[in-house]
Formats: sequence, structure tokens, C-alpha cells
Amino acid sequence: MVPTNYYLVLSAILFGLGIVAFVFKRNIITMFMAIELMLNAVNLAFVAFGKPDGQVFVLFVVVVAAAEAAVGLGIIIMTARNRRSLNVERVDLMKL
Amino acid sequence: MNEFLTHYAFLIVPIIKVAILMFLVLTVDAYVTWMERKVVAHIQARWGPYRVGPHGLLQPVADGLKFILKEDPMPAGVDKIAYFLAPFLTMMLALTSLAVIPFGPHHFTLWGYESYFSIADLNISLLALFAITALGVYGVVLAGWASNNKYSLLGGLRSSAQMISYELALMLSVVGVLLLAGDFSLRGIVEQQGQSGRGLLSWNLFPQIIGFVCFFTAAIAETNRVPFDLPESESELVAGYHTEYASMKFAMFFLGEYTNMITASCLCTILFFGGWLSPFPASWTFTYYLPAVLLILFGLWLIYDGIRYETLFGRLLLPGVGVALLALGGALFAFPGINGYVQGPFWFLSKVFVFLFVYIWMRGTLPRFRYDQLMSFGWKLLLPVSIANLVLTATVIFIWGKP
Amino acid sequence: MNASLIIFFLLAAVAVFGAVSLILQREPIHGALSLIVVMVALAGLYLLIGAEFVAAVQIIVYGGAVMVLFVFVIMLLNAGEEERTNFSKLAGFGGIPLALALSGLIAAALMRSSGSLPSTASHGALTSTKTLSMLLFKDFAYPFELTSFLILVAILGAVVLAQREN
Repeated sequence: MVPTNYYLVLSAILFGLGIVAFVFKRNIITMFMAIELMLNAVNLAFVAFGKPDGQVFVLFVVVVAAAEAAVGLGIIIMTARNRRSLNVERVDLMKL
Repeated sequence: MNEFLTHYAFLIVPIIKVAILMFLVLTVDAYVTWMERKVVAHIQARWGPYRVGPHGLLQPVADGLKFILKEDPMPAGVDKIAYFLAPFLTMMLALTSLAVIPFGPHHFTLWGYESYFSIADLNISLLALFAITALGVYGVVLAGWASNNKYSLLGGLRSSAQMISYELALMLSVVGVLLLAGDFSLRGIVEQQGQSGRGLLSWNLFPQIIGFVCFFTAAIAETNRVPFDLPESESELVAGYHTEYASMKFAMFFLGEYTNMITASCLCTILFFGGWLSPFPASWTFTYYLPAVLLILFGLWLIYDGIRYETLFGRLLLPGVGVALLALGGALFAFPGINGYVQGPFWFLSKVFVFLFVYIWMRGTLPRFRYDQLMSFGWKLLLPVSIANLVLTATVIFIWGKP
Repeated sequence: MNASLIIFFLLAAVAVFGAVSLILQREPIHGALSLIVVMVALAGLYLLIGAEFVAAVQIIVYGGAVMVLFVFVIMLLNAGEEERTNFSKLAGFGGIPLALALSGLIAAALMRSSGSLPSTASHGALTSTKTLSMLLFKDFAYPFELTSFLILVAILGAVVLAQREN
């Protein structure tokens, strides 16, 4: 059988890769996808312990992530339309 | 050798089943295209393919040769990864969804490994099927994006928006069946329908008629067939998302669509029409010979029709196939053991064939929806009706218990 | 080296490959495809643990709805390649080894604590959907209703944000 800490190590690695992607990429949508990667890594950590409580919590995390994706992508569309660029370094002033 | 087989039987038996199913499904796909062209032609008062083999039976072979030998151009400016991935993804997902469908009730033991008449027997086979359907959107949307063509992009976006809208209605209309069966596995759903042994009356069709209508409509929309085929219609959008695909890649989209149609028909029969159960009650044992009788009658008709056919090849082939079917029917009469095994798959395949015929019949008869009519139908009519069916079923089960 | 371990390493390699590909891709659409690969690999890992319902929900909701939303937005905004703005070399040469060192430290700490963790499901035991639904609708009924409210708020927010300025 696969020991639990193997799953936790994989979850830590994926979380770290998500942080690297979030810090080093400049496209808003790619950064948002890095957030989803981090959420998935945390889901794996929840399920790894094998108890049904963790799995129920994963369902809640999935729902929250879906709601956040919907609203966040709406905001991204509005921002991209107003500033005509998807580069997050261009979104540095309140003035358009 | 025998020891090797017994030790690795858990790998070898599924591989054999996969090989058999692949071969059967790809052949049936090709002949569903033949059936579609013949049926639509007869609805439109013409004959359809007639020349290529007797009754046009070798037309799919000719089409296959054409697809293999035709030039496969790749337009400039396409996104190479997505362009190659889209048809491959469509066909792979369509063929994978056939792995969880049970074709018959029996389990047989081969080299010490016990298995059923399906490739994979999961506890959650219905959910796995929905998961694969949900991923099927990507084939369409990537095909639309990858072709450097605004009509393809529009067609791809429309088609994928349609597919994700009707997915919700598809999944919700099935929940009534799940409440009755208490089990996510397709085998469990069919067995629950067969428990009372009353044949036709115990199928899920009668308690769940609203669910069936919603499911069938949503399934037609999911597979992009008429009347929901605006995104790929030839007259509106120059073939939509697969405009820029030629020969082999187009054949993959084509095969993917027909395989999706077959999967949707299989799901309809399993969920609402009793799967492999015969419509006659289990106590009428004389109906076990019905497959054999039908085979013999079909063989006799083929011999009668083939003897007076125009071409020599038809005069040889058709009666030959007829004699083979006669022999098969006779064998079923003579060996009751094989007859027992044949019952389940025979009823299952006949019901799937009826559903495929209804799909093709709708294609020949109905006009197509406009895009805004399609979307408002999906969200404003089908989804509330599915939810109402769910609430009604749950209330009835809570008050009166399961039938 | 039993079969479960081999499958675990295979799926873990696919997941890490997808995550690295998300970092290295220039076009957002290819990054979205890499993230879909990660999610399907994670669904396979959930199946290996025995959480079959969560695996199916992961593919249906994450892979079939959330990522489709991402792909739609990328196509709508016609997101092309990333621009080359000034990328500080210090961040590259100092940051990536530091991130790897941090991950390595966490991984080493986790590997050393193998004795004290509860083990995953024993061989072949699947968590039935019935168990999950009993938990979800009895013990966790209040968070469940709150999430339905959350989804309603998200739908209203998305509708308001998508309106055109008339």
C-alpha cells in the first residue's frame, strides 16, 4: 500500500509549484490557474488521510473554488476590457 | 503457459475484452453511417447507397478507404498542439465511455478470473460515464480554437456552450432513476428493474416517463444531433468546428460523434428500458427462443431477397449471409446453454438499435433549432422540468416507499 | 514494489509534469491544458486512495466546468503569448532554488514522520457514497446550506459583472 506521507509530499510539491507559477507569471489568467493548482494540492492533502470527513470537506473546497472562479473570471474580463492588456504589471494604478 | 495465463489473468482478460469491443464498435460505427444514409434516403423518397456493394453494404468500406488515402492538409497559423489534440480527444473519450457499459447479466470465469460482460465493473459507473461526457466539451472547443478561422471558432464556442448547458439537464434527469435504484452502478440499476420479474411493466420507463423524455432530449443535444445540430450544420456555418479538418482527423470526429450516439442509446436502454431484460415476464420461458426464431426468419428473408439480386456478387453474398444466420439460429435451438448466454446481449442490442433508429428518424424529419431557441429551451424548460421530476420522485418515494 | 506504488508514482509524475508545464508554457491556452492534465491525474490518485465519489466530482466539476470556464475566458479575451517585461535575474537565480529548498525541507519533514500518521484506506476499501451523503446531510448540513447560498451569490455576481455598460 502507499503510505500517507507519500501523498502529503506530493501535495507539498504541487503547492510549491503553484506558488512558483503564481509569483513568476505575468498573465492574470495564468496566475488564477496557479491558484486553482494550489487549491487542488490542498484537496489532495485532505483526501490523503482516508477518512470520509476529509472527502466531505473536499466537496466544499470544490464548490468554493468554482464560485471563486466564476466571479474572479468576471472581474478579469472587466479589467482586461478596461485596460486592454492581460499583463498584471499594467494593473498598477487606480487610474485607467 | 497456463500458469502465466492464470497469474496474469487480471490483465489479459480485460485486454481481450477491449480488443473484441474495439473491433465490434468500430464496425458498428461504420455500419451506423450506412444505416443513417439508407434511412434518411428512404424518408426522403430516394434510395441512398445502392451501387457499391449489394444494397450499398460496402459503402462504409469505400468511405474508410477514401479517408485513409485522401490528402490531410494542415492550414497555416493553426495552434499545432490543440489542432492535433482535438480529434484525438473526441474519439478517445467517446470510445472510453463504452468501457463501463454492461452488455449482459452473466459472469463467466476465464483462467480463474471472474468477470462480467463489461470491460470495467465500477461501483460508480454512471458517474464515470458523466465524467467522460463532461470532458467531451474540450474536443469541440479546442477544435474551434485551433483552426485559424472565425467560423470554426464561433461554431466551437456555440457547440460547447450548448453541450455544457444540456449536461446539467442530463445529469438531473437521471437522479430519479438513481433514487429508485439506490445504486450508482449501471449493473445495479438494471438488476433493480429486473427484480420483480414482471417484464415490460417493471422497467424504469413508467415511473420515470418525464425523466426519460428529459434525458433523451438532453442526450440528443449532447451528441449534437438534429434538431440541436446548429453548431455543425452544413448549411449554416460551413460545417462549424470541423471545417478545417480533412480526411483522417475528420473521420475521427465523425466516429466520435457516432460512438457518442451509440453510448447515449446504450444509456437510455440501461436507465429506462431495462438494459438486457426481456420485455416478457421471466416466467414465460418459451420466449427464450425468440432470438433464434428471429435469426432464422431474417436468414430466410435474406436468402429470398438475395437470390433475385441484380449483380452476381449480391447473388452470392446475400444468400451466403442468410445461410450463416440460419445455421446460427439452428445452433441456438440445439444448444440451450449458448441460448442462455445470448438472451441478455440480444435484448440489449435490439433496444440500442431501436434507439439509433429513432435518432436517425429524427434527423430525417425535424428542422433544427435556432441558437437562442436552443439555449432558452435548455435553461428555461428542460432544467426546471428535470428538477421538478427529481422533487416529485423524492416526495413520492418518501411518502409511499419504492414500488 | 506492488502495483499500487507503481500506479502512484506514475500518476504523481504526470501531475508534477503538468504543474511544471503550467509554469513553462508561454500561451495561456496550453497552460489551461496542462492544468486539466494535473486535475485528471489527481482524480486518478483519489481513486487510488478509495475516494471514488470525490474522483468523479473532481473530473465533472473541476475538469468539466471550472476549466471550461477558463478556456472560454481565454478564447473570449484572445489571450496571446506573454509579454517579455523586465525579469529580474536575482529572482530567477535566487528564488527558484529557494522554493525548491523549501519544498525539499517540507518533504523531508513529512517523510520522517511516517510512523505517526494514520494510514490511508486499506487494500481495496472504497468509501461508499452512502457514507459521504450521511455525513454531508446530517453532520455538515449547515455548511452545505451555506455553500448553496454562496453559489447563489456567485451567480448573481457573475451576472452583474457580465452586463454591458448601457
